[in-house]
Amino acid sequence: MSLAYFLRRLLLAVPTLLGVAVIVFVLLRVVPGDPISMMIPPGASAADIENLRSLYGFDKSIPQQFALWIGDVMRGDLGVSISQRQDVMRLVASRLPATLELCLVAIVLAVASGVALGVAAVYWRRRWPEAIVDGFSGVGLAIPDFLWGLLFILILGVLIPILPVSGRLDPRLEFDAATPFYLFEALITGRLDIVGELLQHLILPALALALPLAAALARVIKTSLAEAMNQDYVMLARVKGYSRSRILWRVALRNALIPAVTLTGVQFTFLVGGTVLIETIFAYPGIGNLAIHAVVQRDLPLIQGLVLTFAVLFVAINLLVDATYSMLNPRVRVR
Amino acid sequence: MSGRLRFWFGIGVFALLVVCALGAPWIAPHDPLEQDLLATFQPPAWREGGSADFPFGTDGLGRDILSRLIYGARAALTVAVVAAFLAGLLGTVLGLLAGYFGGWIDALVSRLVDIWMAFPPVLLSIVLAAVLGAGLHTVVIAIVVIDWTRFCRVVRAETLVQRNQDYVVSAMTIGLRPGAIVVSEILPNVMPLLLTLFSLEMGIAIVVEAVLSFAGLSVANDTATWGSMIQDGRQFVNQAWWLMALPMGCIIVTVLATNALGDGLRERTDPLARTARR
Repeated sequence: MSLAYFLRRLLLAVPTLLGVAVIVFVLLRVVPGDPISMMIPPGASAADIENLRSLYGFDKSIPQQFALWIGDVMRGDLGVSISQRQDVMRLVASRLPATLELCLVAIVLAVASGVALGVAAVYWRRRWPEAIVDGFSGVGLAIPDFLWGLLFILILGVLIPILPVSGRLDPRLEFDAATPFYLFEALITGRLDIVGELLQHLILPALALALPLAAALARVIKTSLAEAMNQDYVMLARVKGYSRSRILWRVALRNALIPAVTLTGVQFTFLVGGTVLIETIFAYPGIGNLAIHAVVQRDLPLIQGLVLTFAVLFVAINLLVDATYSMLNPRVRVR
Repeated sequence: MSGRLRFWFGIGVFALLVVCALGAPWIAPHDPLEQDLLATFQPPAWREGGSADFPFGTDGLGRDILSRLIYGARAALTVAVVAAFLAGLLGTVLGLLAGYFGGWIDALVSRLVDIWMAFPPVLLSIVLAAVLGAGLHTVVIAIVVIDWTRFCRVVRAETLVQRNQDYVVSAMTIGLRPGAIVVSEILPNVMPLLLTLFSLEMGIAIVVEAVLSFAGLSVANDTATWGSMIQDGRQFVNQAWWLMALPMGCIIVTVLATNALGDGLRERTDPLARTARR
């Protein structure tokens, strides 16, 4: 991707983010029901309520509120959460790493298992592994992450309780983290017991997020790999006497990966959006969990900050995918 | 599973759903809202202590699970059909306009879709539900507002393809007005795709209802829905796992069926796939 193209894409993201900001802001202001009423203690005087309203700026008109808010956002200030009485930026910053770690583990799981299954289906063409992969991708695509999460809790948490189904780390463990990136920190500092503990908590939510994507990837890789196997360059490799698995992994897969990258890019944003439910189901302390809490509590500054955070994540992922895509496929590099 | 078998599985489940939805008052053995506080947490009939009176047991308020599942099918089907139809209508109209006329209409619609895609869909639906208040109509509105983009993107892309086909050019040549071309020439050719999307959307709608119930934002307590049953059962999952498992099973089977139905419809209506099958 040329720098000019990259910058143009970056510039195009601005109206999108602004649109998201406007919609969520206006949507939340036309709500009947006053967020302030959620936080006043019984017996507060009318003057106290008025003070509180002006403190959070709810006494101004909607365009005025929006202008103030956008100005603050530009300066990196997302306001103060009403329900948590904390700086929204700081809240998001402390919770975002947990979500990023979850998404990272999920995407690695999804890509690894999706590619492995797709290749297996082609390697054992017309034999039982292909049927199993087909069945898996059919079911995996149909059932969304939310239901997978509940199923895992039901089966692996309740019926055969072998894995923890809530939280990020057993609070009894001693682990004084210097950063909110527990997993990376434990890996770097060599606390393998903590890594194992973290992964035990991560595996079910990550798997729930990963399954639909893994299923979709398996199907796409299988189709494009099967197509690539009929191409001349594969025939050439065969004539040269390469082994079947080498042809699959080294020659054909390289070409079959391009549609897979596109798909991963589109689905990656769905995966990140899925954290809202999955983190709530598994009581995992990330921004998704925080988002449901914010909505139920009518915490307007927090909702706005979180929606904007998600939108920025989505835009960033799309840019990243485009960059990967043009690295893999020389034909789109032209522009 | 072979394609034919899957298709009939989809038809069968859908038919069962329709029967349950229409005939709920006659099929259900009990009133789904009738509480019996002397018979709470009855296990299903096949477990020790269960009785044939409550085939799937009762919940924490002594309500019959089977009857609630049957009435839940009514809510699920209503939401699925109404929401999928309205989302399809909105998305199709915008997609046809954008694909056929291009220019500023296309630019506007495409930008709108882009903005929509930058929202986490689940978060948007939950915000909407919080704004609109609980109720099945809220579930429907949330689905329409979020999922019209699915229809819009597909219909727009397909219209762009169809627009350059010879039959559309001929229709232009004989002087048909744009409106007539879109409705009577292009729309029928987009229909097979729409049918498939519609079927898939019904499954999605049922899941969205469950998601909103999960966040405590779907319906008031006077309606039995699968989503609210899952949410109720979740609190007692360690004592009575079937309370959560049964409605989950219903949703999973329904979603698999709408997918099978969608795939089957595509194979049967798409001329290319039809010839490939022979």
